[in-house]
Amino acid sequence: MRLRTAWPRKLTNTLMEVVSGVAAAVGLAALAWILVVVLRHGAAALNWTFLTGLPSPPGGSGGGLANAIVGTLMMTLVGCVIGVPVGMLAGVYLAEYGKGRPFATAVRFLVNVMMGIPSIIIGLFVYTILVLPIGHFSGWAGAVSLALLVLPVVARTTEDMLALVPNPLRESTLALGVPHWRATLQITFRAAKTGLLTGVLLSVARVSGETAPLLFTALNSPYMPHSLAGPTANLTVTIFNYAMSPYANWQEAAWGASFLITIGVLALTVTSRALIRERVR
Amino acid sequence: MERRPHTKVQAFAESWFHGAALACAALVLLVMLAILAELVHHSRLSLVKFGWKFLASAAWNPVTGEFGAASSIFGTVVSTLIALVVAVPLAIVIALFLVEVAHPRISKPVGYAIELLAAIPSIIYGMWGLFVLAPTMAVHVQPFVGKLVGKLPLFSGPPMGIGMLTAGIVLALMVLPFITAVVRDVFALVPSVLKEAGYGMGATTWEVTRKVTMRHGMRGMVGGVFLGLGRAIGETMAVTFVIGNDHRLAASLFASGNTISSTLANEFTEASEPVYLAALVELGLILFVITLVIQILVQLWLKRLKLRLGAEQ
Amino acid sequence: MSASPSDMSEARPVTAVPIVAAKEVQAATATKISARGLNFFYGDHQALFDNSLDIPAGRITAIIGPSGCGKSTHIRVYNRIFQLYRDQRATGEVWLDGQNLLGPGVDLIELRRKVGMIFQKPTPFPLSVYENLAYGLRLHYRVTRSELDQRVEEALRGAALWDEVKDKLHRPGTALSGGQQQRLCIARAIAVEPEVLLMDEPTSAIDPVATSHIEELVLELKKRYTIVIVTHNMQQAARISDYTAFFYKGYIIEFGPSTELFTNPKQKQTEDYLTGRFG
Repeated sequence: MRLRTAWPRKLTNTLMEVVSGVAAAVGLAALAWILVVVLRHGAAALNWTFLTGLPSPPGGSGGGLANAIVGTLMMTLVGCVIGVPVGMLAGVYLAEYGKGRPFATAVRFLVNVMMGIPSIIIGLFVYTILVLPIGHFSGWAGAVSLALLVLPVVARTTEDMLALVPNPLRESTLALGVPHWRATLQITFRAAKTGLLTGVLLSVARVSGETAPLLFTALNSPYMPHSLAGPTANLTVTIFNYAMSPYANWQEAAWGASFLITIGVLALTVTSRALIRERVR
Repeated sequence: MERRPHTKVQAFAESWFHGAALACAALVLLVMLAILAELVHHSRLSLVKFGWKFLASAAWNPVTGEFGAASSIFGTVVSTLIALVVAVPLAIVIALFLVEVAHPRISKPVGYAIELLAAIPSIIYGMWGLFVLAPTMAVHVQPFVGKLVGKLPLFSGPPMGIGMLTAGIVLALMVLPFITAVVRDVFALVPSVLKEAGYGMGATTWEVTRKVTMRHGMRGMVGGVFLGLGRAIGETMAVTFVIGNDHRLAASLFASGNTISSTLANEFTEASEPVYLAALVELGLILFVITLVIQILVQLWLKRLKLRLGAEQ
Repeated sequence: MSASPSDMSEARPVTAVPIVAAKEVQAATATKISARGLNFFYGDHQALFDNSLDIPAGRITAIIGPSGCGKSTHIRVYNRIFQLYRDQRATGEVWLDGQNLLGPGVDLIELRRKVGMIFQKPTPFPLSVYENLAYGLRLHYRVTRSELDQRVEEALRGAALWDEVKDKLHRPGTALSGGQQQRLCIARAIAVEPEVLLMDEPTSAIDPVATSHIEELVLELKKRYTIVIVTHNMQQAARISDYTAFFYKGYIIEFGPSTELFTNPKQKQTEDYLTGRFG
């Protein structure tokens, strides 16, 4: 038996370590590339008119996306107002009332599955129940589709965060004579509040960048939204429409909108990460 | 101090709250069932007219009313496959870097940055893909590749920039952070005793990873691949921007194509005839069923994995 | 006196409690809580077997026994805290002030006000010190602001905590030390004017100095409340309790005045446990 020489093995190892470093660098480079592109093109498009004016016709110049900004904000807000409480209550059921019940196990399973359903299918679904029967697109339908996207994420994080609250705290609250529902809302929620907030922020971050569901529900509009009753302007569908168009001013506006969306989503994501770190400390 | 009476109102509040929570949980079940029901209901025209042929037919003619899912399914499968072929090895090697090679002071921010890739919305990837990556592919990459292997049908065709390959690359970047996170967790959870046994015998880092870590975490890694698969299949906007929306089946990676979600996004607003709309909804139904199956498999896998890990701890 | 002798491997006496000892207790003091034929199940697994026990009013009763013998399980029936868990159930009777608290129509909220519980791990609410106490008070009573201030101070004094926290009332309860947190939990329990205090290993998570403070406090509290304390620390039981019950594998092996039980146990198992043959 001969001793195997060591250097080929060491070489392979060093090679793999270098490859792994290169791979990580590739991932970082991709991130940087995307962010730089968005920042560069987007910043060029941003000015006061962009933030406050209404869209100009194709091929024109100037104009802004104030209506789309307002529309996105409105629908995201309404979507969360609907989706967050419902998701939280579902999470409360799973963590506090459903322990061990087969129904709760089934719901928990479905919540996880629902998180993986493509948002375009959710949009298609809301189209069939809220757009077709009523006869027109609407911001309400858009908000509902966003709510359906928020629901499973909030339910999952609520259940996880509530489960982290130690049982002795739960028991000692009940042992004081506090009714279960009060104990959950006033004490258990307070104990988990950072985690719950993080879940909400993450789900807002997710839905504010969504395009496909709005394509089927709120569509888009060149006007400032005064209510959610009809097609409602929004940043993401605008990007979709403008980017695929041949007009330079529209494409520039699409970059501006992309900039806003990216900054918003990243800010929410980074904030919720920071919150988690604070809590762990 | 006067005592508060505990009236029936208190008991009512408790059961009301319990009921509301139960109702919200039930809503999840209801929604999932409703999605299935509505998708089937609104695609019946197409289901009835085309039957099973829909899955095999590559026809897509809004004028004659002939539709088939084959090119969309093909595009979905191919773009996802490209994404996984690129992302999975990359993810494994990045996870190796983060867990075994890099100093914690480096791996923390690098890992964080890789995770940020997951936060970027799909449409932003689409913008970058369309305006930056596609031109780069058209001007630099594709001509170069074409010169090398352009004779092969796989790489034939004009370098347009947009197409299946570009879509696959964008998708790869989108699923990379998810697969990396899973593989990273798998690597980190390998019991140190196993790794130490390997190192103790004089094995190098890479050898330990190959023979101990990856083998031990194989099931975990497979699940990670499935997770990435699930995400890639449903991606819409990023793919729509760069795949070209062409319903012809083509063999080349450089050719345009379409996926189920890109077709839905592109053609939905144009679908005026009922059969056209029903065909689109049927595409959505197919996508829903595929993702449902994948998600269920992922959940079952996760359960098995947790049991196994729990038994080890 | 024992119903039947038993050796270590056969831990099943025919009757669980020496009836004579119970009668002796009754002659001396009134009984506050009386368990009769109490059985407890975790799913299909039975954890308590035919427990019968009389807790004397105004005294400290210690419950001792090796790990897993059912001590905590037993007292957790007294405030029905086990009901939080779907698969846990109790059969039998537990009498408090003439009412079977396991029976139908029991006002749980009132029961839990009357029977307070202190847990092994101090569990202050994620609120300020003041709010920790005010929370329960507002729940059970109609109080004015000044009454609230007064009651909060009384409760904190009663838990020997007032001097240490009077300037920190609006700091979070979680900012206190372990021993202080436990006394805060005691203050929280006594603020709502209970009659019984159940303590489940209240000092096992506390350092020795703070433990002795809490033991002194418990001796003080005896003057106003009936106290049942579960402890795995025999010395603690011997130090502070008036009566002691020894549990083993879900059965009550022996119950009697602490001085007698610790110096002259009537059951062999009790003696074996006390001398450290097992446990």
